[in-house]
Amino acid sequence: MRRTFPILVCFSFGMTMLVQFFVPSKLSTDAYNEITNWVQIIYAFALIVGVVGLLKYHFSRVSRRERGWFYNLVTVASLIVMSLLGFIGGRGDGGSFMWVFNNMMAPMQATVFSLLAFFVASAAYRGFLARNLEAFLLLFSAVMIMFGIASVGNAIPPFSDIANWILINPSMTARRGIFIGVGLGTIAVSLRVILGVERTYLGKE
Amino acid sequence: MNSGLICVSLFTADGAGIWIASILTLAIYSFLYKDNPIYRFSESLLIGISVGFLLVTTFDTTLLPKAFEPVGKGLSVMFGIGGFGSIISFIWLLIPVALGLLMFARFVPKYAWMSRVALALYIGFGAGASIPANMQSYILRQIDATIRPFLHIDSFWSLINAIVILAGLISTLFYFFFSKEQKGAFGKITRLGTFYLMIFFGATFGYTVMARISLLIGRLTFLLKDWLGLIS
Repeated sequence: MRRTFPILVCFSFGMTMLVQFFVPSKLSTDAYNEITNWVQIIYAFALIVGVVGLLKYHFSRVSRRERGWFYNLVTVASLIVMSLLGFIGGRGDGGSFMWVFNNMMAPMQATVFSLLAFFVASAAYRGFLARNLEAFLLLFSAVMIMFGIASVGNAIPPFSDIANWILINPSMTARRGIFIGVGLGTIAVSLRVILGVERTYLGKE
Repeated sequence: MNSGLICVSLFTADGAGIWIASILTLAIYSFLYKDNPIYRFSESLLIGISVGFLLVTTFDTTLLPKAFEPVGKGLSVMFGIGGFGSIISFIWLLIPVALGLLMFARFVPKYAWMSRVALALYIGFGAGASIPANMQSYILRQIDATIRPFLHIDSFWSLINAIVILAGLISTLFYFFFSKEQKGAFGKITRLGTFYLMIFFGATFGYTVMARISLLIGRLTFLLKDWLGLIS
Protein backbone atom coordinates (compact mmCIF):
# COMPACT_ATOMS: atom_id res chain seq x y z
CA MET A 1 0.00 0.00 0.00
CA ARG A 2 2.72 2.48 1.01
CA ARG A 3 4.59 2.00 -2.26
CA THR A 4 2.01 0.44 -4.57
CA PHE A 5 -0.59 3.20 -4.28
CA PRO A 6 1.85 6.04 -5.19
CA ILE A 7 3.10 3.95 -8.14
CA LEU A 8 -0.51 3.52 -9.31
CA VAL A 9 -1.13 7.27 -8.96
CA CYS A 10 2.03 8.00 -10.96
CA PHE A 11 1.00 5.49 -13.66
CA SER A 12 -2.57 6.86 -13.89
CA PHE A 13 -1.58 10.51 -14.18
CA GLY A 14 1.38 9.77 -16.45
CA MET A 15 -0.79 7.77 -18.85
CA THR A 16 -3.55 10.40 -18.69
CA MET A 17 -1.12 13.13 -19.71
CA LEU A 18 0.33 10.94 -22.45
CA VAL A 19 -3.03 9.88 -23.88
CA GLN A 20 -4.61 13.36 -23.72
CA PHE A 21 -1.92 14.66 -26.09
CA PHE A 22 -2.82 12.10 -28.77
CA VAL A 23 -6.60 12.50 -28.34
CA PRO A 24 -7.28 16.19 -28.98
CA SER A 25 -10.73 17.13 -27.67
CA LYS A 26 -12.34 19.58 -25.26
CA LEU A 27 -12.36 16.90 -22.57
CA SER A 28 -8.62 16.21 -22.90
CA THR A 29 -7.80 19.95 -22.94
CA ASP A 30 -9.94 20.52 -19.83
CA ALA A 31 -8.31 17.54 -18.11
CA TYR A 32 -4.86 18.90 -18.99
CA ASN A 33 -5.70 22.37 -17.62
CA GLU A 34 -7.25 20.95 -14.45
CA ILE A 35 -4.30 18.66 -13.70
CA THR A 36 -1.87 21.52 -14.44
CA ASN A 37 -3.70 23.56 -11.78
CA TRP A 38 -3.48 20.68 -9.32
CA VAL A 39 0.23 20.31 -9.97
CA GLN A 40 0.81 24.04 -9.42
CA ILE A 41 -1.02 23.87 -6.08
CA ILE A 42 0.99 20.80 -5.02
CA TYR A 43 4.21 22.58 -6.08
CA ALA A 44 3.30 25.57 -3.89
CA PHE A 45 2.71 23.31 -0.89
CA ALA A 46 5.96 21.45 -1.64
CA LEU A 47 7.75 24.82 -1.60
CA ILE A 48 6.35 25.56 1.86
CA VAL A 49 7.49 22.10 3.02
CA GLY A 50 10.95 22.95 1.65
CA VAL A 51 11.02 26.28 3.48
CA VAL A 52 9.96 24.58 6.73
CA GLY A 53 12.76 22.02 6.22
CA LEU A 54 15.27 24.81 5.58
CA LEU A 55 14.18 26.67 8.73
CA LYS A 56 14.37 23.45 10.79
CA TYR A 57 17.92 22.82 9.57
CA HIS A 58 19.14 26.36 10.28
CA PHE A 59 17.33 26.61 13.62
CA SER A 60 18.89 23.35 14.80
CA ARG A 61 22.37 24.65 13.90
CA VAL A 62 21.70 27.92 15.72
CA SER A 63 20.28 26.22 18.81
CA ARG A 64 23.29 23.86 19.02
CA ARG A 65 25.65 26.83 18.48
CA GLU A 66 27.46 24.91 15.73
CA ARG A 67 30.43 26.43 13.90
CA GLY A 68 29.25 29.37 11.76
CA TRP A 69 25.84 29.47 13.51
CA PHE A 70 25.70 33.25 13.07
CA TYR A 71 25.37 32.82 9.28
CA ASN A 72 22.49 30.36 9.81
CA LEU A 73 20.85 33.00 11.98
CA VAL A 74 21.30 35.60 9.21
CA THR A 75 19.61 33.24 6.70
CA VAL A 76 16.67 32.55 9.03
CA ALA A 77 16.25 36.21 10.00
CA SER A 78 16.38 37.49 6.41
CA LEU A 79 13.92 34.80 5.26
CA ILE A 80 11.45 35.69 8.01
CA VAL A 81 11.83 39.45 7.52
CA MET A 82 11.41 39.17 3.73
CA SER A 83 8.31 36.98 4.15
CA LEU A 84 6.78 39.37 6.70
CA LEU A 85 7.49 42.36 4.44
CA GLY A 86 5.64 40.58 1.64
CA PHE A 87 2.73 39.22 3.63
CA ILE A 88 2.13 42.20 5.92
CA GLY A 89 3.69 45.19 4.19
CA GLY A 90 2.26 44.47 0.75
CA ARG A 91 3.84 43.42 -2.51
CA GLY A 92 3.19 46.44 -4.72
CA ASP A 93 5.74 48.75 -6.31
CA GLY A 94 7.04 51.34 -3.87
CA GLY A 95 6.61 49.02 -0.88
CA SER A 96 9.38 47.77 1.35
CA PHE A 97 9.16 44.24 -0.11
CA MET A 98 10.02 45.49 -3.61
CA TRP A 99 12.57 47.92 -2.13
CA VAL A 100 14.49 44.94 -0.67
CA PHE A 101 14.13 43.11 -3.99
CA ASN A 102 15.46 46.05 -6.04
CA ASN A 103 18.22 47.18 -3.69
CA MET A 104 19.41 43.96 -2.10
CA MET A 105 18.32 40.80 -3.90
CA ALA A 106 18.71 41.86 -7.56
CA PRO A 107 22.15 43.56 -7.12
CA MET A 108 23.50 40.66 -5.06
CA GLN A 109 22.31 38.07 -7.59
CA ALA A 110 23.83 40.02 -10.49
CA THR A 111 27.10 40.34 -8.55
CA VAL A 112 27.25 36.61 -7.76
CA PHE A 113 26.72 35.80 -11.46
CA SER A 114 29.30 38.38 -12.53
CA LEU A 115 31.77 36.84 -10.07
CA LEU A 116 31.93 33.89 -12.43
CA ALA A 117 33.58 36.10 -15.08
CA PHE A 118 36.78 36.08 -13.01
CA PHE A 119 36.72 32.33 -12.45
CA VAL A 120 36.00 31.38 -16.08
CA ALA A 121 38.75 33.77 -17.21
CA SER A 122 41.21 32.15 -14.80
CA ALA A 123 40.05 28.65 -15.82
CA ALA A 124 40.48 29.58 -19.51
CA TYR A 125 43.99 30.88 -18.85
CA ARG A 126 44.97 27.58 -17.23
CA GLY A 127 43.03 25.21 -19.48
CA PHE A 128 43.09 26.72 -22.97
CA LEU A 129 46.22 25.13 -24.37
CA ALA A 130 46.15 23.97 -28.00
CA ARG A 131 47.73 20.57 -27.25
CA ASN A 132 45.90 18.76 -30.07
CA LEU A 133 43.35 19.44 -32.82
CA GLU A 134 40.31 19.09 -30.50
CA ALA A 135 41.80 21.54 -27.97
CA PHE A 136 42.68 23.93 -30.80
CA LEU A 137 39.07 23.86 -32.11
CA LEU A 138 37.77 24.58 -28.60
CA LEU A 139 40.17 27.50 -28.21
CA PHE A 140 39.57 28.86 -31.72
CA SER A 141 35.77 28.68 -31.39
CA ALA A 142 35.78 30.37 -27.96
CA VAL A 143 38.12 33.16 -29.08
CA MET A 144 36.14 33.82 -32.26
CA ILE A 145 32.84 34.00 -30.38
CA MET A 146 34.29 36.29 -27.69
CA PHE A 147 35.79 38.65 -30.27
CA GLY A 148 32.75 38.41 -32.52
CA ILE A 149 30.37 39.43 -29.74
CA ALA A 150 32.53 42.19 -28.23
CA SER A 151 32.08 45.60 -29.81
CA VAL A 152 35.73 45.78 -30.90
CA GLY A 153 35.53 42.46 -32.74
CA ASN A 154 32.07 43.18 -34.05
CA ALA A 155 33.49 46.17 -35.91
CA ILE A 156 35.99 43.93 -37.74
CA PRO A 157 34.04 41.90 -40.37
CA PRO A 158 36.06 38.64 -40.33
CA PHE A 159 35.55 38.15 -36.59
CA SER A 160 31.83 38.82 -36.58
CA ASP A 161 31.26 36.80 -39.77
CA ILE A 162 33.25 33.81 -38.51
CA ALA A 163 31.51 34.00 -35.11
CA ASN A 164 28.09 34.05 -36.78
CA TRP A 165 28.98 31.16 -39.08
CA ILE A 166 30.24 29.07 -36.14
CA LEU A 167 27.10 29.80 -34.12
CA ILE A 168 24.55 28.95 -36.82
CA ASN A 169 26.35 26.02 -38.46
CA PRO A 170 28.80 23.69 -36.61
CA SER A 171 27.90 24.83 -33.08
CA MET A 172 24.15 24.67 -33.72
CA THR A 173 24.32 21.22 -35.30
CA ALA A 174 26.33 19.78 -32.38
CA ARG A 175 23.76 21.34 -30.05
CA ARG A 176 21.03 19.57 -32.06
CA GLY A 177 22.83 16.24 -31.63
CA ILE A 178 22.94 16.82 -27.87
CA PHE A 179 19.26 17.87 -27.85
CA ILE A 180 18.22 14.68 -29.64
CA GLY A 181 20.20 12.65 -27.07
CA VAL A 182 18.58 14.59 -24.22
CA GLY A 183 15.13 14.08 -25.77
CA LEU A 184 15.59 10.33 -26.18
CA GLY A 185 17.01 10.03 -22.66
CA THR A 186 14.14 12.00 -21.14
CA ILE A 187 11.54 9.90 -22.96
CA ALA A 188 13.22 6.67 -21.79
CA VAL A 189 13.36 7.86 -18.16
CA SER A 190 9.77 9.13 -18.31
CA LEU A 191 8.56 5.74 -19.54
CA ARG A 192 10.49 4.01 -16.77
CA VAL A 193 8.89 6.31 -14.20
CA ILE A 194 5.35 5.87 -15.55
CA LEU A 195 5.68 2.08 -15.75
CA GLY A 196 7.05 1.93 -12.21
CA VAL A 197 10.51 0.61 -13.15
CA GLU A 198 12.17 3.77 -11.82
CA ARG A 199 11.07 4.24 -8.18
CA THR A 200 13.82 6.30 -6.59
CA TYR A 201 11.43 9.24 -6.10
CA LEU A 202 9.62 7.12 -3.48
CA GLY A 203 12.69 7.18 -1.26
CA LYS A 204 13.62 4.47 1.22
CA GLU A 205 10.97 2.41 3.02
CA MET B 1 33.87 62.66 -16.68
CA ASN B 2 33.50 64.27 -13.27
CA SER B 3 36.62 65.56 -11.53
CA GLY B 4 35.86 64.20 -8.04
CA LEU B 5 33.91 61.76 -5.97
CA ILE B 6 30.19 62.71 -5.74
CA CYS B 7 28.58 59.94 -3.70
CA VAL B 8 24.80 59.70 -3.76
CA SER B 9 23.00 60.95 -0.63
CA LEU B 10 22.42 58.35 2.06
CA PHE B 11 19.35 60.08 3.48
CA THR B 12 16.73 59.34 0.83
CA ALA B 13 14.99 56.00 0.10
CA ASP B 14 16.67 55.76 -3.31
CA GLY B 15 20.04 56.97 -1.99
CA ALA B 16 20.00 54.50 0.92
CA GLY B 17 19.09 51.75 -1.55
CA ILE B 18 22.08 52.61 -3.75
CA TRP B 19 24.41 52.68 -0.73
CA ILE B 20 23.17 49.30 0.51
CA ALA B 21 23.34 47.76 -2.99
CA SER B 22 26.90 49.09 -3.40
CA ILE B 23 28.09 47.81 -0.03
CA LEU B 24 26.56 44.38 -0.70
CA THR B 25 28.14 44.33 -4.18
CA LEU B 26 31.57 45.04 -2.67
CA ALA B 27 30.92 42.46 0.07
CA ILE B 28 30.36 39.77 -2.57
CA TYR B 29 33.38 40.88 -4.63
CA SER B 30 35.50 40.54 -1.46
CA PHE B 31 35.41 36.79 -2.21
CA LEU B 32 37.89 37.47 -5.04
CA TYR B 33 40.52 38.03 -2.34
CA LYS B 34 39.51 34.97 -0.30
CA ASP B 35 36.57 33.48 1.59
CA ASN B 36 35.83 35.87 4.45
CA PRO B 37 33.12 36.66 7.04
CA ILE B 38 31.78 39.66 5.07
CA TYR B 39 31.22 37.50 1.99
CA ARG B 40 29.63 34.71 4.04
CA PHE B 41 27.30 37.22 5.71
CA SER B 42 26.11 38.58 2.33
CA GLU B 43 25.79 35.05 0.93
CA SER B 44 23.56 33.98 3.86
CA LEU B 45 21.55 37.18 3.47
CA LEU B 46 21.02 36.49 -0.24
CA ILE B 47 19.82 32.93 0.43
CA GLY B 48 17.32 34.08 3.07
CA ILE B 49 15.98 36.97 0.99
CA SER B 50 15.69 34.83 -2.17
CA VAL B 51 13.76 32.05 -0.41
CA GLY B 52 11.49 34.62 1.27
CA PHE B 53 10.85 36.28 -2.10
CA LEU B 54 10.05 32.94 -3.75
CA LEU B 55 7.71 32.01 -0.90
CA VAL B 56 5.76 35.29 -1.11
CA THR B 57 5.53 35.31 -4.92
CA THR B 58 4.41 31.65 -5.04
CA PHE B 59 1.75 32.41 -2.44
CA ASP B 60 0.67 35.44 -4.47
CA THR B 61 0.59 33.79 -7.89
CA THR B 62 -0.49 30.23 -7.07
CA LEU B 63 -1.79 29.48 -3.60
CA LEU B 64 -3.99 32.54 -3.15
CA PRO B 65 -5.75 32.62 -6.56
CA LYS B 66 -5.83 28.88 -7.27
CA ALA B 67 -6.42 27.38 -3.81
CA PHE B 68 -7.24 29.67 -0.89
CA GLU B 69 -9.65 32.09 -2.58
CA PRO B 70 -11.71 29.37 -4.33
CA VAL B 71 -11.77 27.27 -1.14
CA GLY B 72 -12.86 30.34 0.84
CA LYS B 73 -15.65 30.98 -1.66
CA GLY B 74 -16.69 27.35 -1.49
CA LEU B 75 -16.82 27.43 2.30
CA SER B 76 -18.93 30.59 2.25
CA VAL B 77 -21.38 28.75 -0.04
CA MET B 78 -21.52 25.77 2.28
CA PHE B 79 -22.49 28.13 5.07
CA GLY B 80 -25.03 29.80 2.80
CA ILE B 81 -23.28 33.16 2.32
CA GLY B 82 -22.11 33.22 -1.31
CA GLY B 83 -23.33 31.97 -4.66
CA PHE B 84 -20.93 29.16 -5.47
CA GLY B 85 -22.81 26.75 -7.71
CA SER B 86 -21.86 23.21 -7.13
CA ILE B 87 -20.70 21.34 -4.05
CA ILE B 88 -19.06 18.77 -6.32
CA SER B 89 -16.75 21.35 -7.87
CA PHE B 90 -15.82 22.49 -4.35
CA ILE B 91 -14.92 18.94 -3.34
CA TRP B 92 -13.03 18.58 -6.65
CA LEU B 93 -11.01 21.66 -5.71
CA LEU B 94 -10.24 20.25 -2.28
CA ILE B 95 -8.39 17.26 -3.80
CA PRO B 96 -5.17 19.15 -4.79
CA VAL B 97 -5.29 21.14 -1.54
CA ALA B 98 -5.58 17.88 0.45
CA LEU B 99 -2.74 16.37 -1.60
CA GLY B 100 -0.64 19.48 -0.97
CA LEU B 101 -1.33 19.25 2.76
CA LEU B 102 -0.28 15.59 2.64
CA MET B 103 3.23 16.83 1.79
CA PHE B 104 3.52 17.95 5.41
CA ALA B 105 3.26 14.30 6.49
CA ARG B 106 7.02 14.21 5.83
CA PHE B 107 7.56 15.80 9.21
CA VAL B 108 5.80 12.90 11.01
CA PRO B 109 7.93 9.77 10.45
CA LYS B 110 5.01 7.38 11.03
CA TYR B 111 2.93 8.97 8.24
CA ALA B 112 5.77 10.19 6.02
CA TRP B 113 4.78 7.69 3.28
CA MET B 114 1.57 9.67 2.66
CA SER B 115 3.56 12.53 1.12
CA ARG B 116 4.55 10.12 -1.67
CA VAL B 117 1.03 10.26 -3.12
CA ALA B 118 1.29 13.97 -3.94
CA LEU B 119 4.85 13.50 -5.14
CA ALA B 120 3.78 10.57 -7.36
CA LEU B 121 1.06 12.70 -8.97
CA TYR B 122 3.56 15.49 -9.60
CA ILE B 123 6.17 13.15 -11.09
CA GLY B 124 3.58 11.20 -13.10
CA PHE B 125 2.28 14.45 -14.58
CA GLY B 126 5.80 15.61 -15.44
CA ALA B 127 6.77 12.28 -17.00
CA GLY B 128 3.57 11.97 -19.03
CA ALA B 129 3.61 15.56 -20.26
CA SER B 130 7.32 15.49 -21.08
CA ILE B 131 7.15 12.56 -23.54
CA PRO B 132 5.20 14.30 -26.36
CA ALA B 133 6.83 17.66 -25.55
CA ASN B 134 10.33 16.20 -25.83
CA MET B 135 9.43 14.23 -28.92
CA GLN B 136 8.30 17.44 -30.62
CA SER B 137 10.84 20.00 -29.47
CA TYR B 138 13.98 17.95 -28.91
CA ILE B 139 13.69 15.35 -31.67
CA LEU B 140 11.29 16.12 -34.54
CA ARG B 141 12.00 19.87 -34.73
CA GLN B 142 15.76 19.27 -34.61
CA ILE B 143 15.61 16.71 -37.43
CA ASP B 144 13.34 19.07 -39.39
CA ALA B 145 15.78 21.98 -38.96
CA THR B 146 18.66 19.78 -40.14
CA ILE B 147 16.94 18.59 -43.32
CA ARG B 148 15.13 21.82 -44.22
CA PRO B 149 18.27 23.70 -45.49
CA PHE B 150 18.46 21.16 -48.38
CA LEU B 151 15.07 22.44 -49.61
CA HIS B 152 16.33 26.01 -49.87
CA ILE B 153 19.67 25.69 -51.66
CA ASP B 154 20.26 28.77 -53.78
CA SER B 155 24.06 28.98 -53.89
CA PHE B 156 27.20 26.90 -53.57
CA TRP B 157 27.73 28.15 -49.99
CA SER B 158 24.22 27.28 -48.90
CA LEU B 159 24.87 23.70 -50.14
CA ILE B 160 28.16 23.59 -48.19
CA ASN B 161 26.41 24.87 -45.06
CA ALA B 162 23.61 22.31 -45.41
CA ILE B 163 26.20 19.51 -45.73
CA VAL B 164 28.16 20.85 -42.73
CA ILE B 165 24.94 20.82 -40.67
CA LEU B 166 23.88 17.31 -41.73
CA ALA B 167 27.39 15.85 -41.29
CA GLY B 168 27.60 17.50 -37.87
CA LEU B 169 24.32 16.04 -36.64
CA ILE B 170 25.08 12.51 -37.87
CA SER B 171 28.64 12.48 -36.51
CA THR B 172 27.59 13.95 -33.15
CA LEU B 173 24.87 11.31 -32.79
CA PHE B 174 27.39 8.60 -33.72
CA TYR B 175 29.74 9.91 -31.03
CA PHE B 176 27.07 9.28 -28.38
CA PHE B 177 26.53 5.70 -29.57
CA PHE B 178 28.55 3.73 -27.03
CA SER B 179 27.28 0.21 -27.84
CA LYS B 180 29.97 -0.20 -30.51
CA GLU B 181 33.69 0.33 -30.13
CA GLN B 182 34.70 3.61 -31.75
CA LYS B 183 37.34 2.42 -34.23
CA GLY B 184 37.72 1.97 -38.01
CA ALA B 185 35.30 3.90 -40.25
CA PHE B 186 32.90 4.28 -37.32
CA GLY B 187 35.73 5.73 -35.23
CA LYS B 188 36.54 8.29 -37.96
CA ILE B 189 32.92 9.51 -37.97
CA THR B 190 32.86 9.75 -34.17
CA ARG B 191 36.14 11.71 -34.26
CA LEU B 192 34.46 14.18 -36.63
CA GLY B 193 31.64 14.35 -34.07
CA THR B 194 34.23 15.22 -31.40
CA PHE B 195 35.41 18.16 -33.53
CA TYR B 196 31.87 19.48 -33.80
CA LEU B 197 31.35 19.04 -30.06
CA MET B 198 34.57 20.93 -29.30
CA ILE B 199 33.44 23.81 -31.50
CA PHE B 200 30.08 23.80 -29.68
CA PHE B 201 31.71 23.75 -26.22
CA GLY B 202 34.08 26.55 -27.24
CA ALA B 203 31.21 28.66 -28.58
CA THR B 204 29.12 28.03 -25.46
CA PHE B 205 32.10 28.90 -23.27
CA GLY B 206 32.74 32.11 -25.21
CA TYR B 207 29.08 33.07 -24.95
CA THR B 208 29.01 32.39 -21.19
CA VAL B 209 32.17 34.44 -20.62
CA MET B 210 30.74 37.38 -22.55
CA ALA B 211 27.41 37.19 -20.69
CA ARG B 212 29.21 37.21 -17.32
CA ILE B 213 31.49 40.05 -18.41
CA SER B 214 28.49 42.13 -19.44
CA LEU B 215 27.06 41.56 -15.93
CA LEU B 216 30.41 42.61 -14.46
CA ILE B 217 30.39 45.78 -16.58
CA GLY B 218 26.85 46.44 -15.33
CA ARG B 219 27.92 46.15 -11.69
CA LEU B 220 31.03 48.32 -12.22
CA THR B 221 28.93 50.95 -14.01
CA PHE B 222 26.52 50.91 -11.08
CA LEU B 223 29.35 51.45 -8.58
CA LEU B 224 31.15 54.15 -10.58
CA LYS B 225 28.10 55.98 -11.93
CA ASP B 226 25.12 55.52 -9.59
CA TRP B 227 27.06 55.31 -6.33
CA LEU B 228 30.30 57.27 -6.68
CA GLY B 229 29.25 59.55 -9.56
CA LEU B 230 32.68 59.19 -11.15
CA ILE B 231 31.28 58.72 -14.67
CA SER B 232 28.35 60.44 -16.26
